[in-house]
Amino acid sequence: MKTSAKGVAMAAAFAATTVVASLAFGQAARDYISVVGSSTVYPFATVVAERFGRDSRFRTPKIESTGTGGGLKLFCAGIGVQFPDIANASRPIKASEVAECARNGISEIVEVKIGFDGIVLANSVRAPRLALTRRAIFLALARQVPDPKGSGTLVANPYRNWRDVDPALPDLPIEVLGPPPTSGTRDAFDELAMQGGCKGIPAIAALGDEAKIKAVCQTLREDGRYIEVGENDNLIVQKLKANPAAVGVFGYSFLDENSDAVQGSTVDGESPTFEAISAGAYPVSRPLFLYVKKAHALAIPGIREYLAEFTSGRAMGPEGYLADKGLIPLPAAELAVAQRVARGLTPRAPVN
Amino acid sequence: MNTELQPPDRNLASAQVRQIVEAGLARRYRRERRFRAYGLLSVVSGVLFLGFLLATIALNGYSAFRQTKLQLDLDLDPVVLGLGDGADAGVLASADYQAVVKASLGRLFPQVVGRKERRELNALVSASAGYILRDMVVAHPELVGRRITAWLPADDTVDMLFKGRVGRGPDAGGQLNQAQLAWVDELIADGRIALRFNTAFFTNGDSREPEMAGIWGGTKGSFFMLLVTLVLSFPLGVSAAIYLEEFAPRNRWVDFIEVNINNLAAVPSIVFGLLGLAVFINFFGLPRSAPLVGGLVLSLMTLPVIIIASRAALRAVPPSVREAALGIGSSPMQMVFHHVLPLAMPGMLTGAIIGMARALGESAPLLMVGMVAFIVDVPSTPLDPATVLPVQIYLWADSPERAFAERTSAAILVLLGFLLVMNMAAVWLRSRFERHW
Repeated sequence: MKTSAKGVAMAAAFAATTVVASLAFGQAARDYISVVGSSTVYPFATVVAERFGRDSRFRTPKIESTGTGGGLKLFCAGIGVQFPDIANASRPIKASEVAECARNGISEIVEVKIGFDGIVLANSVRAPRLALTRRAIFLALARQVPDPKGSGTLVANPYRNWRDVDPALPDLPIEVLGPPPTSGTRDAFDELAMQGGCKGIPAIAALGDEAKIKAVCQTLREDGRYIEVGENDNLIVQKLKANPAAVGVFGYSFLDENSDAVQGSTVDGESPTFEAISAGAYPVSRPLFLYVKKAHALAIPGIREYLAEFTSGRAMGPEGYLADKGLIPLPAAELAVAQRVARGLTPRAPVN
Repeated sequence: MNTELQPPDRNLASAQVRQIVEAGLARRYRRERRFRAYGLLSVVSGVLFLGFLLATIALNGYSAFRQTKLQLDLDLDPVVLGLGDGADAGVLASADYQAVVKASLGRLFPQVVGRKERRELNALVSASAGYILRDMVVAHPELVGRRITAWLPADDTVDMLFKGRVGRGPDAGGQLNQAQLAWVDELIADGRIALRFNTAFFTNGDSREPEMAGIWGGTKGSFFMLLVTLVLSFPLGVSAAIYLEEFAPRNRWVDFIEVNINNLAAVPSIVFGLLGLAVFINFFGLPRSAPLVGGLVLSLMTLPVIIIASRAALRAVPPSVREAALGIGSSPMQMVFHHVLPLAMPGMLTGAIIGMARALGESAPLLMVGMVAFIVDVPSTPLDPATVLPVQIYLWADSPERAFAERTSAAILVLLGFLLVMNMAAVWLRSRFERHW
């Protein structure tokens, strides 16, 4: 057993050397693209990355699914090989994030719009299809709503049933499963559905102050009728299958894949279909973006080629393979703009 | 002698005494039977839950071990491939193989002519078929110009239909339209669709095409990560345990360290991930997503487990062994390394294996160090970006394609298989080498 004791000591020494040696390698060049960000863009970005890795002489980009906010935080942490090159986002970058980037020396950010995603409100096919309006969504889910008794003040949301919100809706309790605030889907839902439905309600417009209006419009109720289910859209679909009374909020591609189990509610009379979202008729849809560090595009091999593949007609075009995966393509004019930006690496204008 | 003890009541007839005792006895037996029934019930319900879980996973996952494939006659015509005369490896690798696949499908269904219809027809075969063909031709360049018959993976929509996971038409979850269903029926009638063993599932890295996605990348990532964890945490853990158990003086500092080690074993694993992000990546600048960093983080998590198990193993060695060794004149170090350590080693190894099994199933701390990522290339060193098996399962579970559901379950089966093997190794080590005193 003497030898094994020696072996143990040697293994410890070896381990220590490995760590020290790897510290020296840490700053070495990186020969693959590092991408972080939105879990909504992840299924599209990964398809492009895989094809890019197979077809080009570059390695396959590494794509982390961190959520839009988490991704932009990593993205804005600095310039250098240990920081990601591209952030996927399911909402435009915020002014605060641009400032954070600038503080860390990232002044030139290229913004490429890649397409649209529809946010659907869906329920089990065993329940009646809902015909929602943005107003009804707001009234059903906001923390504070105008007093239904007509006093003109804001009260804690008293609605328990969809029928209370809108007499045309079925007699079902309000139970909505949706993403948490870290998700880009949630940001877009708050902005498009909630803010959209809150527009034109006199009691809220009377608040005057824009920040106050936004806070009232975009704060969801916390009494258990809106349930945060995490960033896993499949989980929401599974829960909807099990519970016909519940309504789920998730991305269009999951509706497309699970059309046997769940049905999309119409919003303001528009069904969440590929055509309606693409045409801009469906109100709860949002653009998706890539943010690229220009400084990295010049240093890490393959970034330009990856962007070229991403924005190419065979990927992002109306019949491209991303459309097959559920991305709603850009109109021709916007596609041309995206291709031009990607080719020229044109940084976004400094003002937000 | 005990003054409180009363003499038996002589008026009580002995039959009466017996009756009281028997009544009490029956109650005591009943109570015991009830307790046993409760115990049995909890064991049975536990086994039922486990059985239900395993059966669900196995039922959902078994079909992923086979893949629906299409038999196609492929004309490797240099013109269709876009090859000139001088066909070297570089040119061969960049030729248009998907065009060959499309041409082959077109020959099977000459009546399909419209652009949209051709597109729908081509969607029946996997988008990766061209890459498989490419690898085949690059390995055997003499195939160019010949007609070969090959089984190529069908698209996941066809796979799901053929395996009966979805029905026909959108109401039953099917993604194929009427025309596509008719073509598939025709292919089935011709015997050109069959289930084949899914080699790609075991040899490929991750992919967004379910028919191309495999667990080899995750498995190798897990292997590198566990290697780093074992190499770091086993020697450190055993050394720490030997020092604390055999050499350390008894004082407040040592007590303080012991309390901390026990507390560390109970810290939620995500905390180690945050620590790893702050120390290994942000401070030391180690590469994100590398199994090396994952291994470092998991060593921190595994160390307390190994130290505690190793100390228990050392404590189980009877003092007489130590005293005998010291009595015949060995130094304390000789006593530990010649006599105590060999006897404690099986227990230490068992602890290490159980710690490793825990590390193998861990995914939360790896999110922080960037190992929750889409990585196609199979890692070849611990510094390459990699993911691990539990993360692969998590990523597939989050994918919209239906075909990933069965692959998720299949990957869970493989991970459970690894865990079972490791735990069995621990049991075997214990029963084979452990000495009882």
